[in-house]
Amino acid sequence: MVTPYVTGSVVRRAIVESLRKLDPRVQVRNPVMFVVFIGSLFTTVIGIGALFGNFQSEGSPAFILSVAAWLWLTVLFANFAEAVAEGRGKAQAATLRSMRRRVHAKKLLNDKPGDYHTVEAGSLERGDLVLVEAGDVIPADGEIVQGVASVNESAVTGESAPVLREAGGDFSSVTGGTQVLSDRIVVRVTSKEGEGFLDRMIAMVEGAKRGRTPNEIALSILLAMMTLMFLLATATLAPFSQFAVDAAGEGSVVTLTILIALLVCLIPTTIGGLLSAIGIAGMDRMVRANVIATSGRAVEAAGDVDVLLLDKTGTITLGDRQAFAFLPAPGVTEQELADAAQLASLSDETPEGRSIVVLAKQKFQLRGRDLAGTIHRFHKFSAHTRMSGVDLEGRCLRKGAADAIRRFIQEQGGAWPGKISESVEKIARTGATPIVVADGRKVLGVLELRDIVKGGIRERFAELRQMGIKTIMVTGDNRLTAAAIAAEAGVDDFLAEATPEKKLELIRKNQAEGRLVAMCGDGTNDAPALAQADVAVVMNTGTQAAKEAGNMIDLDSNPTKLIEVVDVGKQMLVTRGALTTFSIANDISKYFAIIPAAFAATYPALDALNIMRLETPQSAMLSAVIFNALVIPMLVPLALRGVKTRATSAALLLRRNLSIYGLGGILAPFVGIKLIDLFLAALGAA
Amino acid sequence: MTALGLLQIALYVLVLVALAKPLGAFMARVYQGERTFLSPIFAPVERIIYKCSGVDARSETDWKRYAAAVLLVNFIGFLFVYLLQRFQHVLPLNPQGMAAVTPDSSFNTAVSFATNTNWQGYGGEATMSYLTQMLGLGAQNFLSAASGLAVLVALIRGLARRQAGQIGNFYVDFTRGTLYILLPLCVVLSILLMSQGVAQSFSANKTVELLDPVTTAEQVSQQTIPLGPAASQIAIKQLGTNGGGFFNVNSAHPLENPTPLSNFLELLAILLIPAALCYTFGRMVGDPRQGRAIMIAMLVIFVPLTFAVYLAEQSGNPRLDALQVDQAASATHSGGNMEGKEVRFGIAHSALWAAATTAASNGSVNSMHDSYTPLGGLVPMWLMQLGEVVFGGVGSGLYGMLMFAMLAVFIGGLMVGRTPEYLGKKIESYEIKMACLVILIPPVIVLVGTAIASVTPAAVASVANPGVHGFSEILYAFSSAGNNNGSAFAGLSANTPFYNFALGIAMWTSRFWLMIPVLALAGSLAAKQTTAVTAGTLPTHTPLFITMLVGVVLMVGALTFVPALALGPIVEHLMMIGQ
Repeated sequence: MVTPYVTGSVVRRAIVESLRKLDPRVQVRNPVMFVVFIGSLFTTVIGIGALFGNFQSEGSPAFILSVAAWLWLTVLFANFAEAVAEGRGKAQAATLRSMRRRVHAKKLLNDKPGDYHTVEAGSLERGDLVLVEAGDVIPADGEIVQGVASVNESAVTGESAPVLREAGGDFSSVTGGTQVLSDRIVVRVTSKEGEGFLDRMIAMVEGAKRGRTPNEIALSILLAMMTLMFLLATATLAPFSQFAVDAAGEGSVVTLTILIALLVCLIPTTIGGLLSAIGIAGMDRMVRANVIATSGRAVEAAGDVDVLLLDKTGTITLGDRQAFAFLPAPGVTEQELADAAQLASLSDETPEGRSIVVLAKQKFQLRGRDLAGTIHRFHKFSAHTRMSGVDLEGRCLRKGAADAIRRFIQEQGGAWPGKISESVEKIARTGATPIVVADGRKVLGVLELRDIVKGGIRERFAELRQMGIKTIMVTGDNRLTAAAIAAEAGVDDFLAEATPEKKLELIRKNQAEGRLVAMCGDGTNDAPALAQADVAVVMNTGTQAAKEAGNMIDLDSNPTKLIEVVDVGKQMLVTRGALTTFSIANDISKYFAIIPAAFAATYPALDALNIMRLETPQSAMLSAVIFNALVIPMLVPLALRGVKTRATSAALLLRRNLSIYGLGGILAPFVGIKLIDLFLAALGAA
Repeated sequence: MTALGLLQIALYVLVLVALAKPLGAFMARVYQGERTFLSPIFAPVERIIYKCSGVDARSETDWKRYAAAVLLVNFIGFLFVYLLQRFQHVLPLNPQGMAAVTPDSSFNTAVSFATNTNWQGYGGEATMSYLTQMLGLGAQNFLSAASGLAVLVALIRGLARRQAGQIGNFYVDFTRGTLYILLPLCVVLSILLMSQGVAQSFSANKTVELLDPVTTAEQVSQQTIPLGPAASQIAIKQLGTNGGGFFNVNSAHPLENPTPLSNFLELLAILLIPAALCYTFGRMVGDPRQGRAIMIAMLVIFVPLTFAVYLAEQSGNPRLDALQVDQAASATHSGGNMEGKEVRFGIAHSALWAAATTAASNGSVNSMHDSYTPLGGLVPMWLMQLGEVVFGGVGSGLYGMLMFAMLAVFIGGLMVGRTPEYLGKKIESYEIKMACLVILIPPVIVLVGTAIASVTPAAVASVANPGVHGFSEILYAFSSAGNNNGSAFAGLSANTPFYNFALGIAMWTSRFWLMIPVLALAGSLAAKQTTAVTAGTLPTHTPLFITMLVGVVLMVGALTFVPALALGPIVEHLMMIGQ
């Protein structure tokens, strides 16, 4: 598979960039590669010195300089890996930056939309009110306090369809840099220039502010310690060799060039050179999934998640509940029921209400009627009555939850047919929602509203379960409904009748048991739970409060994204682990190549260890160094793409990766070094 | 290798494993402060000790105070032994009238016994008074072992506790370890050893007439029989992985290890507590499978390496074949390389001892490792270089192994896509830093020490065999001191100011500079939340993890020491087999 973004221009720029990264101040940040850098410098100096007849004991200038050249290449290859990884991010950042044109803001002097004066967007302060009219670019991140507008957010989401933003509720936040297409709104600025969403996004994709993640730091420490260990193991070879020469009375003390070559071959240059590229590529994968993480730490934590809290609506089921069937009461026809239900829903603008109107139309060709000209009064749904409906020409149509309607008709002395209870129970048991329709004191029947579970979601949950991740469905539905949908979708657990407090409590409980919890949300009432969760993905459509509480923003506002986020997090860690294992496993073959070569003059018997039968000590040494250098660019695609994570248990995953990168890491260099040696021999360089 | 030899090694491993479990369970009870069958005897003693020393047995401390207590007790122990040696000529219980020990040798020996190394630059029967042997060296054998146990127990508590600030009370752990574990085991073993004829006496050396006088350069008709309170000290030197013999030739001496049965018992005592601690660990963290996994990992390294020594020794020296020497085993003759080995033990038991004493940081010997074949000598050396984690010292071996487990978990954990965790504790940069320190310090000491010695004329002068073997001797000495083993390759006159100081510093550093990071780690782990186990968690009790742990231990050991070993035993072997 070719990584799609390694285009010619990215590679060309990366080559230039890898030369620029030779700056010692850049090199010193990566201890492993810094050692190679210093080694390259030393060998170069020795090689040049040898050309002019100095350092006789070090060997032929050609050999020293070829070692030096390959050491420099090792450094450059590592630089190149990092530069390529950064490449795409930089290109994307440039596009984003170009969008942030100089913007003028219409700053309101008081809260009347009429009085404003135009200022530079940069001068806006938090809390300022600005007027944005059709065609204007929103000058800063903020919250709509007045009005409604359609906004083109393609600048940040890449989605060209305009979205509706309005004051109040969960769709009130707007992003600086996006454009208002129609109407006018008043926005309260919530972030200053340079701290806005777009700025964060630029910093993110550019990798400029990419702090190293905790795990990356831990791994760097391990690599640095290993480097130190190998430094000692090779440095002490000089005195050991001195002793050996004295003891054997022949040969010469091992040269500095050979020690440097051995050191560079042993230290984990493969992972050391690719480590930052892996991190950058991981972030980039997030960006390409249209998720903006506020920190690398959050991305990494995503890989550790044990519990996923998923909202039922939109994540597990297709949006809202839909009217599915009419179950009339005895003595009522289905059509009568449908008619009454449609009338009662005419003023109901919720998706459920609309679906009732639609179903009545589909089944009985009942058109949505215009009630103008009739004496009618709509009753909006209220938390108090928990019913809605209409009073129309003496009829008193209501629909609502079974107990609410029951109370409603009993208050009027009506009878509650046992058949209705049966229907209600039957519907509830299947996870659907029963809505009872009544006309005055007479029950007309029951409406079945159903959740439609998304296709393929069950399989996703099964995969997650195998990976050890528990899924919990969160829903406002009652237990019965929740249980039925949970069973249908295959989640492990559910939280019914969820309130923000209950969600928060659930997260805390799981955390207290040592689990890492991820959730996604959008509303302001989600904010406390989002803040508590370890990984909190906020929909881009969400409120400002929610965005501030979360640590990732999903530009597509797709709650299923949580699963992808977990995947990216895992992939990053797996790639690091695999390459570390590979890098260390490689060392075994290098000992077999270099030790006999380095001490051949002192102890010819050591040639028994030259099991690869490499041509000459020089070619053996050079082959090992060349292999060590070449393996970096060869693994760049793997580092950028990431090692595939499979939906299996940890034990199986470990077995698979250990056999590929552990055993493979031991064997591959034997083959590689031998081939290079054969090639060198054919060239006559040996 | 003979069938009988293999059978003996198999029997040894079986008995060891069988005894480890009940002892491990018992030790877990002791350190968890539970009642045991010994409580009626020792609980009152324990109370009196706490009362007299003003220790509040119920209060626990954080890791820093725990570490401070460890250092304090051990420093006092060191000082005491040093002064005892310097003033032994004016102190009682010195029937042989031994003179004061030299300052550099006293320093070396005091460090050696405080660090559970028991490197012996001196010859016991010719240097130390009975008082020094018992009150100094004997007592230190208990104290250093109890310290190692206490540090391990603190680390286990760190793993077992969740979000806790304290990791235990050092004085309590130290006292209980000595009273309930070391002392009773030592009494039992001493009595068993005495039954086999190991000396236990306060009388001066006896001079006896030889039944069969021998004539070498001159007529020899008398022999001096060295005596002393040997059995009790031998019991603890074996049990506490100390290894410092009462007599100079250690357990090769007929009064220290007279019979095959005493040999078997002493061998058993070498690995008994380190093996049992695996079970203690499993019990204390509430998951016996974890302890079993560590135990199996140790055996997986130990058993093949034992066979390797046995094979190398039984194969003998090919150069001798050319001289028509019969090296084949027969009913009347053990065959193989018998140089430096006692006839009453033979090849199998010498090889087994060599592997056990270096796997554990014991260092006692029943044969002279210097006389082994190059590969036979390489194995004990490498077992030490692995960091003394294959059983290792009492306490220290397991805490070292747990560091490797954390390293294995870290790399393995990455490969399953989660922040690595061991027993529910997340292994983050602080843990990696500490684990790396513990793993790295011994090789640093060994390599740097050997490097300095191999180019220092005063050090090179001590080498008896100046060729490749001489290098092995130096490398062995630093491997032994730098890993607190204490066994000697011999052939190196180490009782010189250079070696006394260099090895003394090596021993001190590798003991206490490991204990501090281990305790720091214990503190950091204890404070952590314990994460829940799911299918996504890397299981740490499976054959796969055991393989990985063994792989990490061997890889680190090999990658660090292969170059040095190549210039020592490996090239020596290649030179021996190649004509």
